[in-house]
Formats: sequence, C-alpha cells, structure tokens
Amino acid sequence: MTNEKHAKPGPTRRQALMLLGAAGAVGVMSPAILGRDQAFAANAAPSGQLVLACSQEPTVFNPLMPHIEVDEGVYYAIFDTLFDFDPAGNFFPILAAEVPTVANGGISEDGLTWRIKLKEGVKWHDGTPFTAADVKFSLELTMDPDFRSFRSTGYKFMRNITVVSDTELTWEMSEAFAPMAGILASTYIIPKHAFDGVEDKNTAPFMNAPIGTGAYKWKERMAGDHIELVANPDYHMDGPYLETLIIKYVPDLNVMYTQFKSGDIDVVGLQYISPDHLAEAEGLDGKVIKVAGTGTFESFGLNMMRDQFKDPAVRKALYAALDKGSIIDALYYGVPTPTETYMPQESFYYNPDLPKHEFSIEKAKALLDEAGWVPGADGIREKDGVRLAFTNSTTAGNHLREQTQQFIQQTFLEIGVSMEIKNFPPAVMWGDYWMKSQFDSVIVGLNCLAGADPDSSDYFMSTMSPALGGAGQNTFVYQSEKVDELLAKGAKMFVPEERRKIYQEQQAVMREDLPFLPMFQYAVVKGWKDDVEGPAPNVNNRIDTWNVRDWKRV
Amino acid sequence: MLRYLLSRLGQSLILLLLVSCIGFMVLNLAPGGPLSQFALSPGMTQEQIDKIAAQMGLDRPLVMQYLDWLWHMVRGDWGTSYRDGQSVLAVIGSHLFATLLLMGTATTISISLGAAIGIFSAVRRGSIFDHTFTVLAMIALSIPTFWFGLVAIYIFSLNLGWLPAGNMYTVGDGSVLDYVRHLILPASVLALVDVAIWSRYMRTSTLTVISQDFVRTARAKGLTRRRVLLRHVVGNSLVPMVTLAGLQLPMVLGGALVTETVFTWPGMGRLFLDSLGYSDYPVVMGLLMTSALLVLVGNLAADMIVALIDPRIRLN
Repeated sequence: MTNEKHAKPGPTRRQALMLLGAAGAVGVMSPAILGRDQAFAANAAPSGQLVLACSQEPTVFNPLMPHIEVDEGVYYAIFDTLFDFDPAGNFFPILAAEVPTVANGGISEDGLTWRIKLKEGVKWHDGTPFTAADVKFSLELTMDPDFRSFRSTGYKFMRNITVVSDTELTWEMSEAFAPMAGILASTYIIPKHAFDGVEDKNTAPFMNAPIGTGAYKWKERMAGDHIELVANPDYHMDGPYLETLIIKYVPDLNVMYTQFKSGDIDVVGLQYISPDHLAEAEGLDGKVIKVAGTGTFESFGLNMMRDQFKDPAVRKALYAALDKGSIIDALYYGVPTPTETYMPQESFYYNPDLPKHEFSIEKAKALLDEAGWVPGADGIREKDGVRLAFTNSTTAGNHLREQTQQFIQQTFLEIGVSMEIKNFPPAVMWGDYWMKSQFDSVIVGLNCLAGADPDSSDYFMSTMSPALGGAGQNTFVYQSEKVDELLAKGAKMFVPEERRKIYQEQQAVMREDLPFLPMFQYAVVKGWKDDVEGPAPNVNNRIDTWNVRDWKRV
Repeated sequence: MLRYLLSRLGQSLILLLLVSCIGFMVLNLAPGGPLSQFALSPGMTQEQIDKIAAQMGLDRPLVMQYLDWLWHMVRGDWGTSYRDGQSVLAVIGSHLFATLLLMGTATTISISLGAAIGIFSAVRRGSIFDHTFTVLAMIALSIPTFWFGLVAIYIFSLNLGWLPAGNMYTVGDGSVLDYVRHLILPASVLALVDVAIWSRYMRTSTLTVISQDFVRTARAKGLTRRRVLLRHVVGNSLVPMVTLAGLQLPMVLGGALVTETVFTWPGMGRLFLDSLGYSDYPVVMGLLMTSALLVLVGNLAADMIVALIDPRIRLN
C-alpha cells in the first residue's frame, strides 16, 4: 500500500488564509506551493518513447461521453481538467489558476455561487486560445438533454453559467453540493470550436480526432492495437518529457506480463500484473514493482429486500462466517488489504476505528441460535418460514471470484446457510440484474466516491435504488434514515474537518448495519522499467496516467 | 451457367436475410446490453443509463430496431460502432489488413507446405518420411495454440532475443522488414497446426487418387512415375482441396483469435470477441453479415473452380 494515509483533501479555511498571506498580494496560492509554475516552455525538449500497456482498449475519445476506466488513461494525456487530486487527496490546479474554495472566494459561504479563474495563455493543440467559453461549453454540453452525457450527478444543480472574461466564469447552484469539486476534478474540458456547426454532438468528428490542452497531442490510432500520442510543446505546465507516448492494447494479462518481461512494454497499465506473478516480478532485473491500493473495495453485497437478509443477526453471522483472511492470502496472494468500509484507507475520510472483523464459525452459529434461526431437516436454518438459502452472483469467468464463492459456500454451509452460485457474463451480470437488484447476493468491486470526495449518496441514499424507482445505484436497496441524514448534511458542508466527522459516522453506521459484507480494498501490482520516472499511485484517480505529464525516461 | 449463378444469388439473398434476422434477435434478446459496461463507473446512475439508452434508440421495440438496421443496411449504411462511433465498415476495414496479412501468410505457407508433405507422404506411403510426418502432424494437432505461442515467445523472444514478443510492427518503424520480423512467430505458430491439417487431407486425397484405375492405366501405357504424379495424380487430388479452401475463406478473414491474443495482433478475431464482450451490436452484426457473405461467396467460388478444373462436373 502507499503510505499517504489520512491526508487531507483541500486547504481548510484557516490554512487557505495562511497560504494567501504567504503568497502576498499576488494571491496565487496552490500552483506555486505545489511547485507547478506557469512559465511555459521552460522544459527541456521532450525525448524518447514510452509504451504503456492496458488490457482493455480505449475507444471513447470524447471524455464527456459514457466511457470506461481505460479511456481515462488517454484523457489524462490529451485533456485537462480545471483541477485534480494528488495522491494525498489535495486538489491542485490545472486549467484553473487556483482551486476555488470558500476561503479564496471561489465558492460563496452558502456554497451557491462558484467563481473559477483560469490560467492565461493556454492554447488548444490546434493553436486556438483556450478561454472561459470552452469551460462553459463543456459544462453545458454535459447538461444538454440531447447529448449522450456520462454524468448528471451534481450538474443538475448548476445554473446560469456566465463567462465574465476570457479567464473567468461563474455559475450558481440551486443547492449547495460539496462533491461538485470532486466531480469537476474528473470533468475534462473540451474545445467549443471543435463543435462549431456540428448538428449532432454525439457524432462529432472530434470523437476520433480529439483536440485538448493536455501534455500530449493525438497522432494516430490503430484500432484494436494502439494509440500514438506526441508531446505538446506548448503545454502550460511542467512537462511533457516524452516525445512519444504509446498506449498499447494487450488483451491478455499473461501476454502483457510476458511482454513486460521481454522489454516490449515500459509500463504495465490497467489490470496490471496479476498477483500470481508478483513474487517472480519482484525478482526481475531492471524493473520497479509496486503494490498500490485503489479506490475500489470488494464486498459480499446483500439485496436487503430479500427476507433472508432482513434480520441484522443474519448479516452479522454471515460476516463472522466469512473467512476473508484466508481468501486474501490463499486466492489473492495477500496483495489486497482487509477493510471494514467502502472508504479507501488512504482517504482523509477513512474511519480507522471501525470494529475489526473476526472469523469465527462458533460466533456465527451463536448469533443465529440466539436470533431463533434453527436448522431444518436438511440442516439449513430457518425461521418463520424463511430458509437461509440464497444465490450468489458475480462475473462468470472471473476465476478468483469464482473460487472465493466456493470458499464462502463451504463456510456458510458449516453454519447452516445454503448458498447457490449463479454467475453471468459481464454484460448480463451488470445489466438489469445488478442495476434493478434482481440478485440475492453478489460479489462486487465498487468505487462509490467521486474522486477523493467522500460523498456516496448515489450508492447508499434510500431514494437511490432503481429497484424502488430511484435514480441512483443503491442496488443493495439499503434503507437507513441515519445514513440519509448524514449524506444530506455532508453534501452541504465545505470544510473537510467538519465533513470528516459526518462520513466517519456514516461508515460506523454501515459497519453496524452491514448492507454489504466488506472484504478488502483492492490493491494492484504495478510495474515499470527502472529507467522510467514518474508513475505514482494515486488512489483518488481511476488510472495511472493522472500525472503522465511528469513521466520521463532517465 | 448464368441461370445457375442467378439462382444461387437468389438463394444467397434469402439466406443473408434469415441470418441477419436471427442474428439480430439473438443478440438483442440476450440479457445485458451495451450500457452494462458503464454500470460500475463511479457516479453512474440508473437515471443516466435510461437516458443514454433512449438517446441510442435502445428503448424502441426490437422489430423497429431491426427494420431500421435493415433499411440502413440495404442502402449501404452498416451503422456506427457503439464503442468508438466509427462506421462499422471502417471498423472492419481497419482490422482487415492485419488479418489478411497474418492469415494470408499462414494459409499460403500451410496449404503449399501441407500439400507438398501430403503428396510426398502418400507417394512414399509407409516410408520413414511418411511415418515422421504423421507423428509430427499428430503432435502439432494436439498442442494448444496458446501454449505453443507462449513457448515460441519464451524461446525466440525472451531467451534468444531474435524476434519480437508480439505486435504487428514497431511504432515509429513500420518498414517491410519490421513487419516481416513481427510476422514470423505468429504466422509460423498458426501455420504449424494448419500444415498438419492440410498434409493429412492431402495425403488421404492423394492416396484415394493413386489407387484409381486411370492411374494404373497411365502407368501401364508407359508414362513415368513423375509424369503420372504431376499430370494425373496431383491435379485430381487437389479437387477436394478447392472445396475445403472455399470453406476456409471465412475462417481466413475471421482471424485467429488465440494467435491474435497471444501475439497482440489487431485482427478480426479479437475485434469480434471485443465487440461481443461490449455488446457492440452494430459491429457484431457487421461481422456476422461479412462472415455469412464470405461463406456464400467462398462456396460459390469453390463450386465454380471445381467445375472449371474437373470436366466431370457440370453446374447445370
């Protein structure tokens, strides 16, 4: 795991004032502090080539359209966001001249008015100047009902986006929504002029010839194989240092690892080195191998509408009968870290004081006995006509999860619980079966956060279950007034220290309620050649290239 | 001949229509769909998924979706990929070169080498050569391509460092020599199994022809062994091969999934698997139609070539 634990996501009001004081009348804070200057073209000429491999193929190049994780690997190179999260969870400005906070006046005290100041002199890859109109266009396109937009969360509160000048814009929020900053940190800004005269913005030529302000320019794509990007010499931050960046699609993890060993791949990207290769990889000459936590947690999710799971004693007993230590060690080679919550352990909002899970068949049996669940003729417990029998589903073909299921099936049977395995291919599993809560229980890896923002309303708010007509992704159909109240409160607070109390309490409530049995926080095995400098794990971003502008060959 | 061609064409059109209808329905009726890949994206909501589905027209009745697809198809518009928004023909076209290069090379090697070994084995039936190649063919047929590919990479790339471990070319190079270097391993792995198959077919076919009366007659009238072989045996034993080659055409263009995966070769096999995985229906339908078209064309071409080279067969 990386060691940037419990870092804080943004300057507090007091710190911001101190920083402002330090920066004096100039008022430019974070960029200087983070060592990112605005003096363009001060870099040495970019040199060398780097091949980054991913086991999925990036195919969506308009970053505002629905996409998957791997596509973001390309976005970080070509596009910029207004600001982003560093590994410690702090915001740093990219296209914005400073990160808006209540302290610097970027966000009003009531959270309803936002003001963004942009850097000067930034240019699109085609030489056109970047202005506030481009930001307005990108935000409005996201909200355009005719546009196939990736997100609506947060944007539905946004009103009256106004361009004040080329480097400044404002907007209003219909209600205060603190996670908006985290959402903006994953909203890539695209050029307005690329859509001039385009009738259907869903099919604009831009989709296959993207223009950004990012460190690398689009050169060509060979479908099914690779994307070639070249250095943007006019980049507005430090970097890029590589002349060419190749993002290569290698669909099989064994093949990817072999090509990493043979030297054809410089950096192993998404899906990474499989844990069974970790021991060997660590002994490879000339390679750097790092195990890093991700924002995704694995859980045994329960459908709370099912009668079997309505009794808290059953959920606690199932958790006690879940031998996650053995699952992590035997199946996952000890790579992931056990967890008690959905919050990544690197997060400022993580609650380290949650009760620790203990595997105990005896305790599980005692809990069920006490709650009146008695074994029937076939040994399966029942109470009031409800049998403790259910199905468990996950992605068919995911061998580690399938073995996990078999493991769990055995320990559950020991406490008189029957679990039938019923898996589906991904397109079926994560379609209506998942979204409309048609499952009994699942094994799923979820990232419930918006970047480093702790809000998880879409996943845990009572009103967010599609099975009950809700709009979100509360597929466990978890209903808790306390959690609803905490989430609503937290979304309106802008001071991290105060928000932390809210989200830590939410984690404690959920640890007690157990709508899902938390298993572990994912960690992945990353690898790169030792002459590559720059790759840095960042739990707050979905993919490694968040800082590709800094990558270099030494 | 023309009548025959027209009737075959009519049958083919009906077949294509049937294939398209069944294919479309089976694809779309399978649970899941193109939007399920976004379900686990942070912040994705059911509301958003429903909105995107409506914008893509996925909420319309299936029959309407099919008729719409068919209407565009007959006018030459194969639709656009759900994944990258490119036209289906462009997507297929962009993978076609890679597949033609790999499969063309491998098939040329395997047919020519396989036919030569098959004929030689049949002529020298029971010789050491025949036995050796029979055993080798059995071994080649029993080795899984995946394993053989990885072993080839291990030996020739990792240990000896002679050849690249995969990919079609080096980005930034792309010279003919570079392509050839990248082609050697995957084409050889692919050809190895095919040589075994073709040599077995050819051996059996040649043996059948050799034992025919006309061969004995040819020998009896005083022709040399060599002349009998070249003029009478080879030509006749190739006839069934033409039909087989015709059936092979869709496979040649369909790519070799396993080899493409092991050697990260961006061909049609992987395109098909990826498109299926992401429920990219327009591309899957495009590939299905291409494949159906090739089966029909391949068969028709084989029938006509057989009729041309074998005077005993008349198409009418």
